[in-house]
Amino acid sequence: MERWEAGPGVFQKRCHRMVQIWASQSQVPPPPVLNESPSPNASASPLTEPHEIRLYPRSPCHLHGLWQPPRDATALSTPEEVLSGTADVSGAFAFLHPCSAAFPLTLTSLASSFRGRHMPVLSTFSGSSCREGFSVGGGGRLLSSMAETVGNLCRKMHGGEGFDTLTLDLFSRAPSPAPCSYSKPAKRPRVDGAVTMGKDEDRQNPFDFLSEEILFLILDSLESEPLSKKSFSLVCRSFYTAESCHRRELTPLRSGLLPAALARYPSVEKVDLSLCPTVTDTVLFSVGNCLRSSLRSIDLSRSKGFSHAGIESVVENCANLVEMNLSNATDLSDAAAAAIGRARNLERLWLARCKLVTDMGIGCIAVGCQKLKLLCLKWCLGISDLGVALVAVKCKQLRNLNLSFTLVTGAGLEVVLQLPYLEDLALVGCLCIDDGSLLSLKQECKSLQVLNLSNSQPINHAGLSSLLNITVGLRQLNMAYCCMVTHSLTSSFRKLAKLQSVKLDGCEVTTAGLKTIANACVSLTELSLRKCSGVTDDGLSSIVMKNKGLTNLDITCCGNITDLSLANITSSCTSLITLQMESCTLVSKEGFRLIGQHCHLLEHLDLTDNELDDEGLKALSGCHKLSILKIGICFKISDEGLIHIAKNCPKLRELDLYRSAGIKDAGIRAIAHGCPQLQITNLAYCTWITDASLRALSKCSDLNTLEIRGCPQVSSAGVVAIAVGCPKLTKLDIKKCYYVNDGAMLILARFSRNLHQINLSYCSITNVGLLALASVGCLQNMTILHLKGLTPNGLAAALLACGGLTKVKLNSSFKPLIPRPLLEHVEERGCVFQWIDKPFQVPFSSLVQETCT
Amino acid sequence: MDLKLRKPPETSSRASSTMVNDISKNLKPDMPFIQFDSSSLGYSVGQDRSMSEVSPQVVNQSHCFYAPERETKIKNHLGPSSVIDWNPRLMLSNLSFLEQKIHQVQDIVRSIISQEDHVVDRGNELAAQQQLVTADLTYIIIQLISTAGTLLPNIKNTLLSTDPAVGQPSSAMGMNTNLSSCGGQKPIEILPPEVAKSSEYDELMKDFDACVGEGDELIKCLNNAGAELSESMPIDDHDAKDYDDGMDGENLPPGSYEVLQLEKEEILAPHTHFCLICGKGFKRDANLRMHMRGHGDEYKTPAALAKPSKEASSEPPIIRRYSCPFVGCKRNKEHKKFQPLKTILCVKNHYKRSHCDKSYTCCRCKTKKFSVIADLKTHEKHCGRDKWICSCGTTFSRKDKLFGHVALFQGHTPAIPMDDAKVSGAPDQVQASESTNGMAEHTGFNFTGNTPNDAQSLDIKGADDCQGYFSPMNFDACNFMGLDEFPRSVYEVSESPFSFLSTGSFSFIQRHGEN
Repeated sequence: MERWEAGPGVFQKRCHRMVQIWASQSQVPPPPVLNESPSPNASASPLTEPHEIRLYPRSPCHLHGLWQPPRDATALSTPEEVLSGTADVSGAFAFLHPCSAAFPLTLTSLASSFRGRHMPVLSTFSGSSCREGFSVGGGGRLLSSMAETVGNLCRKMHGGEGFDTLTLDLFSRAPSPAPCSYSKPAKRPRVDGAVTMGKDEDRQNPFDFLSEEILFLILDSLESEPLSKKSFSLVCRSFYTAESCHRRELTPLRSGLLPAALARYPSVEKVDLSLCPTVTDTVLFSVGNCLRSSLRSIDLSRSKGFSHAGIESVVENCANLVEMNLSNATDLSDAAAAAIGRARNLERLWLARCKLVTDMGIGCIAVGCQKLKLLCLKWCLGISDLGVALVAVKCKQLRNLNLSFTLVTGAGLEVVLQLPYLEDLALVGCLCIDDGSLLSLKQECKSLQVLNLSNSQPINHAGLSSLLNITVGLRQLNMAYCCMVTHSLTSSFRKLAKLQSVKLDGCEVTTAGLKTIANACVSLTELSLRKCSGVTDDGLSSIVMKNKGLTNLDITCCGNITDLSLANITSSCTSLITLQMESCTLVSKEGFRLIGQHCHLLEHLDLTDNELDDEGLKALSGCHKLSILKIGICFKISDEGLIHIAKNCPKLRELDLYRSAGIKDAGIRAIAHGCPQLQITNLAYCTWITDASLRALSKCSDLNTLEIRGCPQVSSAGVVAIAVGCPKLTKLDIKKCYYVNDGAMLILARFSRNLHQINLSYCSITNVGLLALASVGCLQNMTILHLKGLTPNGLAAALLACGGLTKVKLNSSFKPLIPRPLLEHVEERGCVFQWIDKPFQVPFSSLVQETCT
Repeated sequence: MDLKLRKPPETSSRASSTMVNDISKNLKPDMPFIQFDSSSLGYSVGQDRSMSEVSPQVVNQSHCFYAPERETKIKNHLGPSSVIDWNPRLMLSNLSFLEQKIHQVQDIVRSIISQEDHVVDRGNELAAQQQLVTADLTYIIIQLISTAGTLLPNIKNTLLSTDPAVGQPSSAMGMNTNLSSCGGQKPIEILPPEVAKSSEYDELMKDFDACVGEGDELIKCLNNAGAELSESMPIDDHDAKDYDDGMDGENLPPGSYEVLQLEKEEILAPHTHFCLICGKGFKRDANLRMHMRGHGDEYKTPAALAKPSKEASSEPPIIRRYSCPFVGCKRNKEHKKFQPLKTILCVKNHYKRSHCDKSYTCCRCKTKKFSVIADLKTHEKHCGRDKWICSCGTTFSRKDKLFGHVALFQGHTPAIPMDDAKVSGAPDQVQASESTNGMAEHTGFNFTGNTPNDAQSLDIKGADDCQGYFSPMNFDACNFMGLDEFPRSVYEVSESPFSFLSTGSFSFIQRHGEN
């Protein structure tokens, strides 16, 4: 025991390597003496924790399985006993308990007995409510028969019946701490693991029996679990190699160590560098040289610092490159475009905001990449009709073309519409296309299915009807912020028999126009009238009655809508999945009752700023499938209504309670208990919220976004609970939580290693807390205004320590206090500073003010 | 007409030689007579037949005045493709018919003249008659041309032996064309004095006048025809520079102008106008006059500020022409075929272009050199960026032409100019990273994971056994799924950020800030 606690800090540092040591050391040390009185603390020892957090034994039953290996065959013959004992425990594991080197025979018998019964075992688990994981406890010898069993399990998993995760845990045997402090096995000569393994069958790594195919199957099933994959790779050498060969996607946080990582992962197909603010040519050279023909996709959409030379090297070396995202590379010129043009197999290319690329560059791409299926030229202001026309002439395979905010005119559009396979065309904000040029369009474009004409002011109904006349196969049409929706405009919809989705966001709408739509379209599934003025019950009802298959309806800010419309919507469109009706203030509780009564399939409901009360919430809880519920600025709701939601909507993933001031801890506690899948929560300005709510929310381990801005009763304890309980936390807003102090930051930095974005304004945080936070490697976005304890030196140190920052909001009073070269250096790393000049707002209670000062 | 033009050999030849001499100076592509001459093959060649009797001596003389290219051109016109059977009888009947026709026209014109004496204001009738005459004359000319056209294959032999002295009749036409362009109803008066002196020419012209009647009418017709033809005519190669130098169709007879010759130094001097008081030089006299105002009120009077040269229109202005100081140059007055330069600017440009080093190089193409800055600027407008190049090497003056070409041919790509690629080249990353490192040393901070070295140094600092550090499994600073995959202990956290506190690096920042 003492050894364990000798220095967890020291030990933590190299536990990754420990795994390897144990894998290569054939002899497993005897289990530590934990069986006497296993305290929960001991079981959660930091030793095993970094590798498989889920393996904390959660009941004495588990501990029995773990620490008291049955020493005779009879005990081994009853693994089902163990299993049946665990079936009712949440987070159940099957402990197929292997034995240490002392019991080779029993191990075999166990394996065989298990093999015969793995079906009932599996069925036991599939029947239990919590199918969290399956653990093959290791540390001893897994024989080949065992491997087979594991393989079967994996296949089973692929069949979709099995488990969400599979844990192959070598560490559950609780090995000793660092080798230096471990004395007993030191008598054995510790030679190189590889040599020992080769010579002595007994000492061979048990996991080597697993064939690569099985390992890949396991890895396939771990695809969505990056952390588990990491643990997996650290089990032993063969797993490490298998993981290296298996990984297809790489998303580094910084480009600096990429060359080393690339050497490890030779078969990576996709390199996503969008999290690296600076990517130099050298990095791209190494990408090209290491990955060669295996690379298929590269994403540089948010990176700067590379030039055409880097792109050239990638393109030259990686012949199979299919996908390339160079959006926002504003300093790339035609030379880079010419380099891209050499990627013959390119199919998808994003060049949004590449403003220096001209027709010449796009010409090179058009001629070179003739297999292009997707091309995004959004905001490419250097490109004119000539370039677009050449693309249309050369890249006949194009399916998806985005010409938004370019200077393309009707002449260019005419050529584009002749593309034989064009399906999706975006013309957002193309101000050079006008009615006159559209009138001359004659040739039909039958393949076009999706057309986005948002923000094209010059187009009126004459031009639009001419355009719609030739695009007869259209399924989705977006005319947001375009022109007035009148009878003459919508009558052109008659030709579009296949139309499924119409978006008229922000348009001025007439009732006659809506009625024409109703007459023209009967198969709509999606309709958006967001922020439209002039939507009436009459017009909306006519559409809704005709289109019974509507699944997505957006009537945000249609203030004239009353219960009458809702009655029609709910009676007609029973298959509604998404309903967004923010600020429809005329809708009463009768409307909400109808929604709850009829729309059982509803998953996304936005009722922000509505006259919603507890009764309404109770009615809405009839929508059991709700996963997104936004009920911000509904002042009348209270815990009572929320408890109904919590009881009836277990699938809730996102809950927005912004400024719903009636909510207290009881409601949140109920939500946290009833909706364990909660990921995003906004509790901003719910001033009654205390640490108790956060403690309850910390049970939702999937929580990734939490906003508790302006909840002055929240203190460090609550934030700590969240940090410990929600390892996936990426966004945190604790602005004006005046009680949150450095202690919370220390714990946050310790546990929330995935934090990307944080707002700390007005908190009681000093240099120490900020510096601790700066050690979070993922941190990109910080807002630090009005921190009383922050000095320029502390800020400077934090900025330097936090290498991945991309955006920092700071008080402008700091600007002259921080050394200029330091700011320049941080900016050079890819960080943008926003200097805010807002005066300090006095906290609402003097009590709070006191504690702050 | 043809018959009437026929003269005794000696007189005709002399006349032609002088005229040829004169006209050779006027050989300008845009002059109507040449265009007419080379394109309306039949006419000039038909006249040529009459010239076949010209004595060989004269022929030789005239030969040297004609550029060889004209010869080849005529040969081309007379190529085998135009072989037509020639019937002398038919031609004779044609000619006699023409003779009758001409007599008719003569009658009409005479009647007009007689009418003019009596009644002045019978404009309408007169106009009608004029139209009649014009129509008749046009018809005659067309007939004449078509008749002469039949002669083409027959003169092929003689053409090779004799010289294309085509100039003679056509030059007569040209002369008249010139005159008509001066708008004179009385062409002979404005003739150059030298030519006018020639009695033979007089005679010829009288004959011509007599037979055609109103020559200017005919010439107008010809002019029209010529103008029409000139549109489709390829422009002859010529020395563009000479053209630039101010010889645009000017035809001043020698002696009718004053010849000035500036010295070399004078030409190359940056300033041509100097202040008599302080000696400052100026490029323009207007600038000098503005400068002079500073020397006293007497220079501020309107008279002093006015442009000095134009002294009313009492006398006809003396025509000044300029000579190039470079001996042996065609523009030098000593040269036997001296062609004067029109203005001082022409002299300057000519001298710099022809007799000076080309010191201005185009910075885009790096090959073209110029001695006059304006030429460089003109070139630069069309050089480099404005040149649209295809990967196959074809160049285009317009982008849409290039794109049309690229769209048409498989595998052709627009070519990005090299200098463009270089300009946009790699940002100074090396410099950036250097500055980063420099900064690191300077401030005493470790930049976590900024570069491999930095990360390693941090690691070494944190870890207390090197074996761990060298293990390939250490990925603390790097991470591959956009997530930090391993939580670290509080203790480790304390290592990096708090080390700042302990190392006293803050004090440095303060110092830095004070700086």
